[in-house]
Amino acid sequence: MRNTIIVLLLIFGISAQAQEKKSKNARHTIEVNGNCEQCKKRIEKAAYSVSGVKSASWSVETHQLDLILNEEKSSVTDVKKALAKVGHDTDEVKATDQDYKNLHSCCQYDRK
Amino acid sequence: MIFNIKLTIMHKPLTMLLLLLSVPEAFAQEAIKADSLKAVKVEASSKSIKKSYTVTANSAVMTSKELLKAACCNLAEAFETNPSIDVNFSDALTGTKQIKMLGLTSPYLMITEENIPSVRGASQAYGLSFTPGTWVESIQITKGAGSVVNGYESISGQINTELIKPINDIPFFLNVYGSTDSRFEANVHASRKLSDKWFYSLLLHTNTRNSKKDMNHDHFLDNPLAKQVNVMKRYQYYNPESGWVSFINFRYLSDEKQTGEVDFDPNMDKFTTNHWGSEINTKRLDLATKIGYVFKDMPYQSIGFQNAFSSHDQNSYFGFNTYDIRQNSYYSNLIFNSIINNTMHKFAAGLNFTYDNYSEFVNGADVGRTDNSVGAFAEYTYDNNDNFSLVLGGRVDNHNRLGVFATPRLHVRYNPWEKAVLRFSAGRGKRSANIFAENQNLFASSRNFSVLDSGGKIYGLDPEIAWNYGISFNQKFFLFGKSSDIGIDFYRTDFENQAIIDVMQSPQQALFYNGKSYANSLQLEFNLEFFKHLDLRTAYKYYDIGTDYLSGNFQRPLQAKHRFFANLAFATHIDDKGHQWKFDYTFNWLGKQQLPNTATNLAADRLPEFSPSFAVMNAQITRTFSSQFEMYIGGENIGNYRQDKAILGNENPFGTTFDTSIVYAPVFGQMYYAGLRFKIK
Repeated sequence: MRNTIIVLLLIFGISAQAQEKKSKNARHTIEVNGNCEQCKKRIEKAAYSVSGVKSASWSVETHQLDLILNEEKSSVTDVKKALAKVGHDTDEVKATDQDYKNLHSCCQYDRK
Repeated sequence: MIFNIKLTIMHKPLTMLLLLLSVPEAFAQEAIKADSLKAVKVEASSKSIKKSYTVTANSAVMTSKELLKAACCNLAEAFETNPSIDVNFSDALTGTKQIKMLGLTSPYLMITEENIPSVRGASQAYGLSFTPGTWVESIQITKGAGSVVNGYESISGQINTELIKPINDIPFFLNVYGSTDSRFEANVHASRKLSDKWFYSLLLHTNTRNSKKDMNHDHFLDNPLAKQVNVMKRYQYYNPESGWVSFINFRYLSDEKQTGEVDFDPNMDKFTTNHWGSEINTKRLDLATKIGYVFKDMPYQSIGFQNAFSSHDQNSYFGFNTYDIRQNSYYSNLIFNSIINNTMHKFAAGLNFTYDNYSEFVNGADVGRTDNSVGAFAEYTYDNNDNFSLVLGGRVDNHNRLGVFATPRLHVRYNPWEKAVLRFSAGRGKRSANIFAENQNLFASSRNFSVLDSGGKIYGLDPEIAWNYGISFNQKFFLFGKSSDIGIDFYRTDFENQAIIDVMQSPQQALFYNGKSYANSLQLEFNLEFFKHLDLRTAYKYYDIGTDYLSGNFQRPLQAKHRFFANLAFATHIDDKGHQWKFDYTFNWLGKQQLPNTATNLAADRLPEFSPSFAVMNAQITRTFSSQFEMYIGGENIGNYRQDKAILGNENPFGTTFDTSIVYAPVFGQMYYAGLRFKIK
């Protein structure tokens, strides 16, 4: 019994530590509003402009942006901010009306 | 197919690694990745030659669909419908077709099978005919310098063949083929899943030509009698959870050819003047392994390790000339792929080791040697994910004969506007020319071989060194509402030093010496889809290949300066029952070709300075009865064009003017064939 407790403590200790430690290769998938190939290029370019983003791939069909980022350098929110700046909305951060209007006419997606 | 889709979507990183293990990443991965995605969407209309506008190098992928258009049956014949590669007419003796790219013969290409150098050294002359067409999944052709990952030898381009993968293969495949030049072939593939992670394929090929044909009545066989047995066993390991993948291949080949005069009987006439004859017997053993690992949570980072051992043993005689070569070869490649900051900046770095032991005898004289080299390479890829990418590669090798040397290569791609791509490439290549193995067709002549230099380390010659530069431009557009595209490319190869084969000096001599040469090649391409399932491909090619021979500067013999190519393909829609008709027609026109010097021969054995121009046509019809069964018939050289004098001095093969090596046109006339394919899915 005592041994079991020690083992459990150890496991919890390790996992607690793991939670604190930021992942260098964290995977995230976020929904980004957009509608075309041109949007894809803009969204990925904006994502890559955030330091710590290692891989960014946005799907025209599903509107999902797959990210791998170094959390020691930046957070998902940083990426969302960068996306909003080039006119693309996410759940958390919306683009300003001005930035949205600056998008090419074909990229004027339906805002939620 | 469904299985395939799942793999692509669920285990993208791993699929990428599989591809990466099999294709130089920066060059074709995108193309293939795009392919598999495209295939998921609309399989039926996928093109048989795929050109990507976003891949950095000027490359195209030929799918197995394209291979089905040619008569048959091995890699040497696979390129008949492809404008980037010229297939020469099989020589009067061995029946082997040689290929050329940018006007340079296959020794100047890097030919790999799943990224392991395959047609090299001793196998240079016949190696392409040792890969059966049905084994091939796709062929990737890159024009110009190529990648540094596989080595330093490529000069004018790279051809990488992907074989059928056990994981994707159907359980059973059968193909039989027969033709009026009495060649018969059979291919049997059987594949199964051994466990969740292990997959296995057995590939069997055999071909034979057992009846003698002399259509041009020169008393010589138009095609050799032949017998080939080719067996491959292939194991694939695929574990998406752990990130490990692996391949293990075993292969055995036995190839026998007999050629010469129709009346030649090897038991009676070998090494006599009764009749002239030749036998070429080859045995080959291959063992190759690959192992790859994708890092957890880092799909862009991987390690691959390839090892290949081969033993190639050829015993042959040509009249009184004997030629024996055995090459034992070991190749090893360790490659690490990762990114710098993000996936816009990728790199590959690694180490290479190559060992070649040649035991080689030319008319009894020992000319064997051992080569070894160790090298390190690095390749950086920048891609802005939009309209620009660049691949910069370099390697340094230490070779016991070539010394310590650097090999730089650069490829750049830019999309100036929509549906257009502009490319540039430059690179250096260096290699030792295996002058006897590569030119063994000259043994079947009364020519005396002389190597005029003696200071070099390879048969007295210095290594060949060349720079290759190229630019290309492609544009897709709509012509009268039809989708079409044009392409233009220009390449130049400058040989600082080449092992020149001189047949311009005298019809009784083959001289080898170091010298300078250049090759310019220009290709104009126009493709048009009249409507769905009716496609036209056309190309005009211009070659200017000048060499400084002892007797002056001449164009490379047996090379047409102007060539025109057209291919028309039509297919009906596949109906509910799986019925389909496919029609394919290929037209090749060749301008005049410089012929070897025969001016000092007597009039009867003299050829003009240039060959006449002529055209050759091939056609094929395929009838698909269901997804399981199809039959095809076809004809080669339907116009029945034949070279006037295929063998010089054929009346007196032991005389001084005998020469079977001057082949500028088909030797055999019309040839018709038929075959069937049966699949169990």
